[in-house]
Amino acid sequence: MTATMPPNANPGLRRLNAFRFSSPQTFYPLAGKILPYFAWAAVVLGAIGLYIGFFVAPTDAQQGEAYRIIFIHVPAAWMSMFIYVVMAFWAAMGLVFNTRLSAMMATALAPTGALFTFLALWTGALWGKPTWGAWWVWDARLTSELILLFLYLGFIALHSAIEDPRRADKAAGVLALVGVVNVPIIYFSVKWWNTLHQGASVSLTGAPTMAATMLAGMAVMALAFWMYAIAAALARVRSIILERERQSDWVHEYARSLK
Amino acid sequence: MSWNSWGDFWAMGGYALYVWGSYAVTFALLATEATLLCLRRRSVLGHVGLVARNRARETNRGTA
Repeated sequence: MTATMPPNANPGLRRLNAFRFSSPQTFYPLAGKILPYFAWAAVVLGAIGLYIGFFVAPTDAQQGEAYRIIFIHVPAAWMSMFIYVVMAFWAAMGLVFNTRLSAMMATALAPTGALFTFLALWTGALWGKPTWGAWWVWDARLTSELILLFLYLGFIALHSAIEDPRRADKAAGVLALVGVVNVPIIYFSVKWWNTLHQGASVSLTGAPTMAATMLAGMAVMALAFWMYAIAAALARVRSIILERERQSDWVHEYARSLK
Repeated sequence: MSWNSWGDFWAMGGYALYVWGSYAVTFALLATEATLLCLRRRSVLGHVGLVARNRARETNRGTA
């Protein structure tokens, strides 16, 4: 790692290599550089995933064409849980090391996580109606996923309700950490309780219960959503960095350099 | 391929409302989030530029 160091960087950071990118000032340009790759990967993978999902994967023997909702439903549900864990990880890092950027990352992930949670619930409702005959049931899987949405919304609301950003980071960080207990509940809900929701389509043990092309479509769409989530979080964290560091000299120099 | 025609494709075996309702809302919301992120960046840059110009003006006045 050479050459990318800005001239006015804190010399202390140079020694602490692992923490180098934990400074908003050094992370900001890096995020801007890698963002387009994730955005393009999301677009390309999304196109491939949709092609596989609609034109390669066969019609399901039991559910007909209704099953094609799986190509966005399952990836959205995976992302809703995965983003929450990553958000809680950054919140924990922020609480332990008191690094500003970690808390900013957690804040940047929350809206995208909430979006995927809503999409998992929405596509689930549209899948439930033709297959179960109901848009919604108070089943363990659905209820715990709804709680996940409330956790995301609670995190966002709590963070924006506290004026001092550092105090907001701490309070919302604690909420994120407490809420992480809900993720394994969602994941294992179909095993622990007798639910209407079907079990896991993909597991580490045992053969998958679906056609290989169906599985491929789902995996590629999951990758596309993953890349999208990274791009969205990076774009959001860049705005958050500028907002929260707006009094610092490097932001002023940067703003002038854009003119 | 499960489709004989485009009409066949759009009909989704009778599940058009559910399948297209899922996909339309998903991609509409992702596009909305991306647009909002662009707008937020533009407004933040405008605000930061304003702060920077004010700061520069004050510094100039101080040295004059």
